[in-house]
Order: sequence, then structure tokens, then C-alpha cells
Amino acid sequence: MSIPADLKYTESHEWVRTESDGTLTIGITDHAQEALGDVVFIELPPVGKTVAAGDAIAVIESVKAASDIYAPVSGEIVGANDALTGTPDQINGTPYESWLFKIKPAADANTDRLIDAGAYGTSIGE
Amino acid sequence: MSDLQHTPLHATHLALNARMVDFGGWDMPVNYGSQIDEHHAVRTDAGMFDVSHMRVVDFTGDKAREFFKYAIANNVDKLTVPGKALYSCLLNPEGGVIDDLIVYYFADDNYRVVVNAGTAEKDIAWFGHLNAEGGFGLTITPRRDFAIVAVQGPNAREKVWQVLPETRDATAELKPFNAVQFPVSSFGEVMLARTGYTGEDGFEIVVPATQVAAFWNALIAQGVKPAGLGARDTLRLEAGMNLYGQDMDDTVSPLDAGLAWTVDLTNPDRAFVGRSALEANGSKARFVGLILQKENGRAGGVLRAHQKVVTADGEGEITSGTFSPSMQESIAFARVPASVKPGDKVHVVIRDKKLPASVVKLPFVRNGKVLAAL
Repeated sequence: MSIPADLKYTESHEWVRTESDGTLTIGITDHAQEALGDVVFIELPPVGKTVAAGDAIAVIESVKAASDIYAPVSGEIVGANDALTGTPDQINGTPYESWLFKIKPAADANTDRLIDAGAYGTSIGE
Repeated sequence: MSDLQHTPLHATHLALNARMVDFGGWDMPVNYGSQIDEHHAVRTDAGMFDVSHMRVVDFTGDKAREFFKYAIANNVDKLTVPGKALYSCLLNPEGGVIDDLIVYYFADDNYRVVVNAGTAEKDIAWFGHLNAEGGFGLTITPRRDFAIVAVQGPNAREKVWQVLPETRDATAELKPFNAVQFPVSSFGEVMLARTGYTGEDGFEIVVPATQVAAFWNALIAQGVKPAGLGARDTLRLEAGMNLYGQDMDDTVSPLDAGLAWTVDLTNPDRAFVGRSALEANGSKARFVGLILQKENGRAGGVLRAHQKVVTADGEGEITSGTFSPSMQESIAFARVPASVKPGDKVHVVIRDKKLPASVVKLPFVRNGKVLAAL
């Protein structure tokens, strides 16, 4: 199971990359895509939406189940990977390239939900 | 996990790196990789399913035909040729569905029934009750010594014959919904039935549990792709086949679950269990197919069980839904007001949004061809 060391994670199986401008790019982990199975539908949040940490803001549906994707921190949605909604199965092949949305964290954003690769690996029993 | 039951192929599934799930108390493979690939293998070539969690039950005794004419809703008088099979519901006195099953006729005093896994104990108890109460004197024998493998797809039968060459002559002319039983030198006493749960050709094969791993591996060597419960569900949904516990149960009439064709009322003197309730209650709803419509080239989600269906004549409910790999559309079965008919437009509520869907006749797909259209 791939868990890149340079990313942060959540216990709800999102990966989080901090960009040079301070925005966060978010996707789902290799473990998550494998558990979901073949992904066939993605619904992304609108750019400009204000979100709170822990909000369910996107949906991924595989053949077998629907799964909510949560905002890892509070902030504003500043990007959504709309191209991915036409080819949702890319998530199964390249989960760490198939980003879902970008958040500009609020000034007082709490990052307690974010854990490092080692802690995430432990949480999924690796 | 330790409480889950295992089929004789459990270790084989683990060795194939299957993703396992709890299915009605059984630890079963949901997929071995991509369930969509497994689905396409069955539609275009050959795939196989371990369905050994289902239960084989043998019935012997002189009054066997009389028993089944009373116990089940379809009429075993249709079974006149040895090996002929019949799909039927087993009803309770209130007309609800205790289980759906296939009964095989081998001789007037020898029948075999295959029932669902989760309902097997309930069914066997009910059969025992009817047998004792009616004085039929049958011997009812659950056969946990057998495993079952369903090999399905346009090339399925050919691949089975590669593994069981001595069965070819006896089964090449076998018609759908017929079975033969005989000993083969390699795997012992087997039963080959030209039945399935996918809408494709193929066999369901009852094999001694001790031999099934060798049989499974021989089929893999012939290029038959192992497929899990995930693909089994998308295939049966496309094929318009009901799933017990989801599309009907003890509280649902077969007449409201698209199963009127399996309830035989032609002989007015055949007072089978549940008949009087069915005749008193009639049909209250229609069971239809739905296809989620696309807006701007994409669908707004995937249809799932228990989503609400909004029609011009009232509300209904989806009983089973999924994404169809063959159609690349989201499809479902729904129980809707009786006035709703194929061609109508309805709405399905998904995540608080009302999304448009088309009502279609079942099945969606049969023998590799898409039949239903928006």
C-alpha cells in the first residue's frame, strides 16, 4: 500500500499536500481507493465555498458504495479537479495524482486532524 | 471475523488475494481486483463464482411431488422430464416470500432444491414443518458435503467441458433450466445445471466439497476468471434478477416484486401455501427498472437501495441499484405505484436532490446485449 512520506493524511483517508503558496491539495489515499473498489462517480465542491474542518464536502461513489470526503481544515475552496469527474476511474490507478479539490486554509485553521505518513500507516494497520 | 462461516474455497480465495466481506454470516470474496473487469469477463468470455454458501437440500419420498405442489408457489407439475428445473418462491401463509429457490426434478421420489445462504436454516425448518404437518413422510437432507461453482459467460460451457470432458456428450444438448447428475472420474459425483444468475449462458455445478478446490484451479487453468459478489450483483441487476432480502422478503408479496410469472394460479384446486393471501390482496405495486438520466453528459450519482422515487402518482422506493458496467449508466429496480409504466419519467432523490430517471422494462441486459434504453 503506497503512503508517500511527503504528504499529510487524515484518519478518514484523505491525503493533503501543502503547496508553496500555503494552499492545501486534497485527494484520497491508495488504501481508500482500494477499499472502495472501481470508482464511477465524483461530486466536487464549488470553488468559492467556505468549509469547516470535518464537513462532508465531496462524494465519491464506487460500483458498490457511496463515500463522503471531508474537509481536513477550515477554509475556502479555491480549486476543484473538474476534469476528474469525466474519468473517475483514474482515482483507482493514480490516487496521489488524482486530486479532488484545493483549500485555502482560514487564518485560524486548526490542523489537528492532519497526521503524518507513519501515523496514517499505523491507523490502517500497515 | 472468527464467527463467519467459510466455504470449502475460502483458502483458495485468500490465496488469490480476494477482498473478503461478511455476506449474511459468510466470509466471501467481493472482488479479486477490479469488479468491473470481472463483470466484463462474464459478459464477453467466462467467469466463475463460488456460491457454496448456498445450500443444496435433497428431498426423497413417494409424496415428493404432492409436497412441492403444496409447499411452493410455482407448480412442479411443469417438471416432467428428469433434470428439469423450476424457479419458485417459497411463501408464508400471509403471502410473503420466505425465500426464492430452484427445485430440480430427478424422479417422482427424488427432488433437489438449492436455497439462499442466509435463509437456509429458516427454509429447512419450514420445509420440515410442512412435511410433518401434512404427513408427507419425506426425508429432507441438507447437503453440506457439496460445494457449488457457477461458471458463466458465452465461453463458459466450452471451458467446463475442457475440465470435465466426459460430461460434454451428456450436456451439449442440455436446454436452459435443465440439469444432469453423474459421477466423473476426476471429481466424483457432480451435477451440472444450465442455470445462473448473470443473464449469460453457463453452468452451475454442484461438486463434492473435498474436490472443489481442484475443480476451481482447473477452471482457472482454462482461463475462467474468478469473480466476486460485487460482479455477481451488477450482473444479476443488469439481467433483471431479484435478490432475496433486498427486492423481496417475508413481508413482500411476489406480485409486488416482479415475480408474478413464478406464481402459478392456473389450477384452481392447487391450494399452495400463501395462495389465499395472494388472491385476497392482489398486486399493490409495480416492479420496474430505472435508468438514471444524464444531464450535460453526466449522471448525478448512482442509484442505490432505499432511495425514494417520486412519481406523478405517489412515491416508490428503489430496492436494488448500482452502476451498470455494460451500459455505463446507473440502473435500479424500484417498487412504484401500480400506474407507473415503462416509458414514464420519474425522479429519484439522491443526497437531497431530485434527479430524473426513466422507467424501463426488465431486464436491462441479456446474453451480452443491452436491451433497455432511455
